[in-house]
Amino acid sequence: MIATERSNQRGLNHMKSLLKATVAAVAFAAAGSAASAADVKACFIYVGPVGDFGWSYQHDQGRLDAVEHFGDKLETAYLESVPEGPDAERAIERFAREGCNVIFTTSFGYMNPTIKVAKKFPDVKFEHATGYKTDTNVATYNSKFHEGRYIIGQIAAKQSKTGVAGYIASFPIPEVVSGINAFMLGAQSVNPDFKLKVVWVNTWFDPGKEADAAKALIDQGADVITQHTDSTAPLQVAQERGVHGFGQASDMINFAPEAQYTAIIDDWGPYYIERIQEVLDGTWESKSTWEGLSEGHVVMAPYTNLPDDVVAMAEETEAKITGGWEPFTGPITKQDGTVAAEEGVRLDDGAILGMNWYVQGVDDKLPQ
Amino acid sequence: MFEAVLLTVITAATPLLIAAMGELVVERSGVLNLGVEGMMIMGAVVGFAVANQTGSGTLGVFAAIAAGMAMSALFGFLVLVLVTNQVATGLALTILGIGFSGLIGEAFIGVPGLKLPELYVPVLSEIPFFGPVLFQQDSIVYLSFALVAAVAYFLFRTRLGLVLRSVGDNHGSAHALGYSVIRIRFAAILFGGACAGLAGAYMSLAYTPQWVENMTAGRGWIALALVVFSSWLPLRVVIGAYLFGAVSVLNLHAQAVEIDIPSQLLSSLPYLATILVLVLISANRRLTLVNTPACLGKPFVPDR
Repeated sequence: MIATERSNQRGLNHMKSLLKATVAAVAFAAAGSAASAADVKACFIYVGPVGDFGWSYQHDQGRLDAVEHFGDKLETAYLESVPEGPDAERAIERFAREGCNVIFTTSFGYMNPTIKVAKKFPDVKFEHATGYKTDTNVATYNSKFHEGRYIIGQIAAKQSKTGVAGYIASFPIPEVVSGINAFMLGAQSVNPDFKLKVVWVNTWFDPGKEADAAKALIDQGADVITQHTDSTAPLQVAQERGVHGFGQASDMINFAPEAQYTAIIDDWGPYYIERIQEVLDGTWESKSTWEGLSEGHVVMAPYTNLPDDVVAMAEETEAKITGGWEPFTGPITKQDGTVAAEEGVRLDDGAILGMNWYVQGVDDKLPQ
Repeated sequence: MFEAVLLTVITAATPLLIAAMGELVVERSGVLNLGVEGMMIMGAVVGFAVANQTGSGTLGVFAAIAAGMAMSALFGFLVLVLVTNQVATGLALTILGIGFSGLIGEAFIGVPGLKLPELYVPVLSEIPFFGPVLFQQDSIVYLSFALVAAVAYFLFRTRLGLVLRSVGDNHGSAHALGYSVIRIRFAAILFGGACAGLAGAYMSLAYTPQWVENMTAGRGWIALALVVFSSWLPLRVVIGAYLFGAVSVLNLHAQAVEIDIPSQLLSSLPYLATILVLVLISANRRLTLVNTPACLGKPFVPDR
């Protein structure tokens, strides 16, 4: 018995020292180059791993763009896979104490922790992505992804032979719903009878499940697949089955050289460079930024595997949107038959950001 | 339609089946390894990396198995030699695997992968319906069935299997009879690691041929649940894995054909099914007790 206890103890001590070593290594890595002479320090909090090749990956690409742009003047740090909630508050506060001048918190669930920490550190600038709460030192930023979705809807309707597209959706939140609607409006502008099947996978990221959803949609007659989840798996399935699809968040052409028509790319670089410059100049102030194709915050990947006339159509729509046209311009009819917007009337930003209804023609019941 | 559904069920169930089969052997020897997810993700990344570098899917599969075994060897050393707490060590192994795989995989993000070829059994694969379902799968699917048969035969029809089960049921007596408890458990742990690595390779080389961080997305945990679900019997693992695969895939197909059931309910069906089966199994108390390894999770230190 005693022998057991002692060796248990030994094992425990071993574990402890292992843990200590790990913690030390992490702390060391996080401290990084604390003694550098940069003019400004920008810090980033990511919700996923930077290797997701989707949402967090694109934010990190934006950070790298800023590093390249500012060179020695800028020092950056980031924390990845930070869970939303109390852990986020600790992470944000740590960055604030470590002398970050501007902190970018890049997920919706960081909203309240960001506001809370910001109150304690009035001299630090905070930037919260996709949220709606601001303060004197908290700005928010988001992108009009639905502009890109309208364009891919048009392409889908032009290219589909079966007249049916499949949409792999994550969670029924306004951002996803407005994406589905924009896709449908784009498709209907080309083919009023176009059909859209929606499958909810209830996850942002599960390559296996996303692939299975794509297979189910293809088996049901969809020959164009699009997704509002983060992995490249659906596009790979499209490639394998000889149908087509669109990249999400980043250009996924390598995964589907014959299947990808285009991709909606999140490009955070221009925004990060602009805001860090303002911190350097001392002109930073709190505001809410919501831009899309016109400011280059949303970028369409090169149009591939498409005939010239469809590319011309897509480019024309892109130019129209860049020129100030909003895809959510009436006439828009809701699924239940009521009118959402009269002819020529543009939905206001609040209606788009809080969208919780389908447009007519979507073959799905919106989960409530 | 039915054929298409069945094909996706097979791909969804195979990684669960393989990982669970390995863990079943580990638990039968009396060790609880909660690190399945960590070993699986290491298998996925190493399998992908080696296949990508060498251009050979087969080499990738072997490398994945080796990676899973290396992870499990670390676990075996900690829990058997240093007698650390099995639950804590297993959890640590999962965390280590997820983190370390991200580090190794950094160079492979956004690189398209290599898909293991499907093996077409001549003539038989031409049979309508049964052909595509049974005889046009990739090699790992066939391997998973061979694995089930081998494990079932080994555990219940061989002397060594009997010894392994006795170690799991009463390590004191097995030790007194002269069997090396540590050595047998170490071998079982290595086997579990090999299976988890193979399951990982299936994820990154056949199911979704790509590498992204955390791509196993919790399948290691489901495999662990399946072992309990099966009450430590290999054939029930097959039923469980396919049931789990079927329910999760049917959810997606039901939505695509617009059957009007809330998707959240459909998503939770596999878990509801697990709870239901656990209740049904535990109703038969005697059977459960007979199959549960009595020394599961208990540390063993020989007196001398």
